[in-house]
Amino acid sequence: MLEIRNLHARIVDDGTEIIRGLNLTVKAGEVAAIMGPNGSGKSTLSYILAGREDYEVTEGDILYNGQSILEMDPAERATAGIFLAFQYPMEIPGVATMEFLKVAMNEQRKARGEEPLKIPEFLKRVKDAAGSLNMDMAMLKRPLNVGFSGGEKKRAEILQMKLLEPKLCVLDETDSGLDIDALKIVSDGVNALRSPERAIVVITHYQRLLEHIVPDSVHVLYKGQVIKSGDKSLALDLEANGYAGVIGQAA
Amino acid sequence: MNMHTQPQRTPAETALIDAFGERLSLLPGDGAVMLKRDDAIEAIKHGLPTRRIESWHYTDLRRLLNVVPDFDPAAAAKAIAPIVEGSAILPVLNGVSSAKLPAIEGVTVQRLSEKLTDGSVAPRLDPYGADDAIGALNTAFVADGYFVDIADGAELEKPVELQNLQAGGQTHVRLLTRAGAGAKAVIVERQTGEGAALVSSVSQLVLGDGAEVTWLIVQEQPDTATHLAQFKAHLGKDAKLTLFVMNAGGKLVRQEIVVRTTGEGADFTLRGINLLAGDTHTDVTMVLDHAVPHTTSTEVIRNVVTGKARGVFQGRINVHQYAQKTNAKMACNTLLLSDDGEFSTKPELEIFADDVVCGHGATVTEIDHNHLFYLMARGIDVKSARGLLVKAFVAEVIEELDDEAIVEALETRLDGWFATHG
Repeated sequence: MLEIRNLHARIVDDGTEIIRGLNLTVKAGEVAAIMGPNGSGKSTLSYILAGREDYEVTEGDILYNGQSILEMDPAERATAGIFLAFQYPMEIPGVATMEFLKVAMNEQRKARGEEPLKIPEFLKRVKDAAGSLNMDMAMLKRPLNVGFSGGEKKRAEILQMKLLEPKLCVLDETDSGLDIDALKIVSDGVNALRSPERAIVVITHYQRLLEHIVPDSVHVLYKGQVIKSGDKSLALDLEANGYAGVIGQAA
Repeated sequence: MNMHTQPQRTPAETALIDAFGERLSLLPGDGAVMLKRDDAIEAIKHGLPTRRIESWHYTDLRRLLNVVPDFDPAAAAKAIAPIVEGSAILPVLNGVSSAKLPAIEGVTVQRLSEKLTDGSVAPRLDPYGADDAIGALNTAFVADGYFVDIADGAELEKPVELQNLQAGGQTHVRLLTRAGAGAKAVIVERQTGEGAALVSSVSQLVLGDGAEVTWLIVQEQPDTATHLAQFKAHLGKDAKLTLFVMNAGGKLVRQEIVVRTTGEGADFTLRGINLLAGDTHTDVTMVLDHAVPHTTSTEVIRNVVTGKARGVFQGRINVHQYAQKTNAKMACNTLLLSDDGEFSTKPELEIFADDVVCGHGATVTEIDHNHLFYLMARGIDVKSARGLLVKAFVAEVIEELDDEAIVEALETRLDGWFATHG
């Protein structure tokens, strides 16, 4: 489903190269974990997948279902089924959360040639999804993410993911800022989305999240490259021994 | 032979002076009113204000208003639906008030033409300051409008909507309102039409002690019209005025706001949104006098500038020497969406008291790229995402009004503007 080939990318503003020859393949139905120390390029990778303009791909390609997505803008990628759950979801004053959800769902439906959702159906879907994440509907009456706690923002991201039903989910440090109970709820939400047609890329610092969202593959990112891949035991190894060993082997 | 030392008159100045001579016999007013009119036309004979006059520096009226349309007795405007359903409508169609008016409990409404004829409103026709061009234009030509008196203690259930509707030509209208002690009311001032008109409109409001009024000015003139407006208010003890101004149209617009706190505990809130498009010029100029101790005010103006539009906000707060414990805050934020658009902001604080809290701030920004990315990452295309963010920028100010029916009504007006200009 996702194939990243020899990807090189840099920050547009200052030309700093962050991704330096990254290769990664994730199949439909797979849950892939990407781990790595601070500054290894994990969040950058997630932004590049979503199409953020602050980064420029200088070499290589990203194929999604066999097609390059490099020329697609973020909205086109999203309607094609790519979803990024942000590490730091944006607070947007003045945009009501419900209005935002409705516009996003209907824009995606429109792009797929589907009719917009009728209001009762829309409300039902939001209510069901919010309920499964233990979210208060009153929160959704507020402006988007404004005044939400760190944990509420992460839940709101997963809520959007459930409602938009993407094919490729990229979760950028979804565990940060979550207490144990919230981590469980959010993980259950993600696990409920696991399906043979869907791929999930979980970017995380810690093994903790992977106890709840058990990955099929684990990849270690360092200095903009995948330096080691393995199964879930690799995550346990990293937890026990730190990144130094893996980095040492690669060097 | 006469020697003229004045610069040559512009076509607009000549037309206004000639029109005054022609219309004099048609204008209502007793001796006192006619004297005020004479003074006013004398002021116009000295010339319309130019950029050399400080309060007109960013709006050179003499240059911008080079020609004016003739009066058009055949123009026919029609009343429109109010922005809040069930409002009592007071229509002024092409400068003429209606003889058939709805009965509103606790409110007495009189046609202004009658109050001009009997001279009882003459004292209200005085200009403020030396450069009151809009006041002068209006005083010279005003023929009608309403006098609205809200009884002491009356609490109006539904808004009163004053509709000033033009269909071309010139209209000069005045709306005088008194809110009695403890009265509560929502008043909507609609300013719209479809002609290539010159409109002058002056609203005067006196708030009695403890009165609470929300006054909404919704200006949606076509881009063929010149709209020169003034809103003047006096706030009595513990009176509370929330003034909301929405400019969403007009070729040349100046909305002056002149507010004075005259009683302790008075509170003034100004919220304004200027939606500017095309090749237009819109000026909001406020002069606020904190004249007594313990009064408060906040002013927030949000501007969206597209096309070749030019906008101006001048906000002057005078805190008189005696007005200790004044608390005043002013902000003007502009979203500049076009390289050809411009917005000028001039905040002025003149403080003679020494125990006050006063502040002002101004920002000019573009759309936040992080916000845009976030919305697009959810599949909202760039145009819709920008639209949502621009609307959010101004909707924030509307939502502060905290009255569901009003918020909804104003957001509908906002949607209307974005549908044609977004």
